[in-house]
Amino acid sequence: MAFESLEMILQTCREKNLPFWEAVLLDDMNERNTTREESVEQMRELWHAMKEAARCYDGEIRSHSGFVGGAGKQMEEYVKDGKALSGPFVGKVIAGALQMGESNACMKRIVAAPTAGACGVLPAVLVPYEQERKIPEQKILEALYTAAGIGQVIALRASIAGASGGCQAEIGTASAMAAGAMIHLRGGTGEQIIHGAAMSLKNLLGLVCDPVAGLVEIPCVKRNVAGAVIALSSADMALAGIKSRISPDQVIDAMKEVGDLMDVRLKETGRGGLAGTREGQEMAETLN
Amino acid sequence: MNVFEILGPVMVGPSSSHTAGAVRIGLMTRKLLAQRPVEAVIGMYGSFAATGRGHGTDRALVAGLLGMRPDDMRIPDSFRYAKEAGFQFSFETIQLREAHPNSVMIRVRGEKGRELTVQASSLGGGRIMINRLDDIDVNCTCEMPTLIVHNMDQPGHVSHVTTMLSQNSVNIANMSLYRNKRGGRAVMVIETDQPIPEESIRWLEHLEGVLKVTYINVGGEI
Repeated sequence: MAFESLEMILQTCREKNLPFWEAVLLDDMNERNTTREESVEQMRELWHAMKEAARCYDGEIRSHSGFVGGAGKQMEEYVKDGKALSGPFVGKVIAGALQMGESNACMKRIVAAPTAGACGVLPAVLVPYEQERKIPEQKILEALYTAAGIGQVIALRASIAGASGGCQAEIGTASAMAAGAMIHLRGGTGEQIIHGAAMSLKNLLGLVCDPVAGLVEIPCVKRNVAGAVIALSSADMALAGIKSRISPDQVIDAMKEVGDLMDVRLKETGRGGLAGTREGQEMAETLN
Repeated sequence: MNVFEILGPVMVGPSSSHTAGAVRIGLMTRKLLAQRPVEAVIGMYGSFAATGRGHGTDRALVAGLLGMRPDDMRIPDSFRYAKEAGFQFSFETIQLREAHPNSVMIRVRGEKGRELTVQASSLGGGRIMINRLDDIDVNCTCEMPTLIVHNMDQPGHVSHVTTMLSQNSVNIANMSLYRNKRGGRAVMVIETDQPIPEESIRWLEHLEGVLKVTYINVGGEI
């Protein structure tokens, strides 16, 4: 990838008069030596796989450990009854994030975005939005390129792996990507896209990776909800014209620094944080 | 990372390293064996041994050995498919020296009797590395044509190999050199964009000072 910063993507957009997503697409064509049609087709397949994964949720199954399963169904029923404090749309986003996280834990087919543990964030916002607003597929594919461009810069400047950067690198990155995608769908500018992404990341800065028994279950499933809802609030702030006071690329650099300073017990080792609680340890022992 | 390494892979959960990467290791082992596997002893090391069962690493490795890809919905039930296919396997916990925490060593036998030992690691995001084939350190993805030459540490061997590749219009993608000591035994690992002709491999084997030539070409990404 030729972009070393989000600012560099914006600069390319200004120079060549391109929207954010198209700068990312053109870079992909150059990077992988493919045609526009091939790249877009691959993105379309990915989107279809994401929707299919959302559709195939089964509220009855439980993970191999028995720790997770069924929460997405509970949430969906609660939202259907009109009880959700956060309203019907956000209610659906919450349910969708739980469902995808649970499908992943239960060995169903998902799309890593950017990782399997954070696979619920992006579809949680995109799938219900597409359904409710009847968004043309082309727009969604553009939103996915937007998301991917943000993820690429974060992967390059910081990390997208919990083992090296903590959960902020996984759910934080997914949330930044989802914020950018939603801002594109709402007609936001490139500037708004990167500031929305930055605000998502800032809100999740410092989040540790502390899975019970080392499994992608507790708290990973529910953290997908945090990523998705923060993506919505950050996108709304950006669309309202609010900017991140720390520039987006420096926010990413801060995320890297926080990840480097994070104790190894809090980076996917199943030792600190929630994994290290008495209950977390007891749950781990039941697996042996 | 390219766009489709950020979005993707499409995979069976729950972990790109412990599940998708494990399927790829199994599948690459099957391709390297170049036969249908009938028996395997799978040694799990590090995090694979500690959290592998909860992540379905065991079922993922067997799925790959059966020829399934990381997005195959049959992965969770691979043990049953193995039984139907007459593929026998067992697991053990092993110790390895200086290995990546997500490592596995698979001793496998094919239907025509060929045996192979593969040591591999899952690097994250579904990416894998083959570390050893039988007693040879390879440390490459094996997704591109790969030439491994063991030779005496003397001047000229790299030139022989690169000249041969150049004459065959084969472009080098990656190349690394190691030696155990000055004037001792040396290894070069070369990944290429095009396949290397068989007769050129045989020519290399007969050069003075060349101890062993291994060529891997499993044909494309998995």
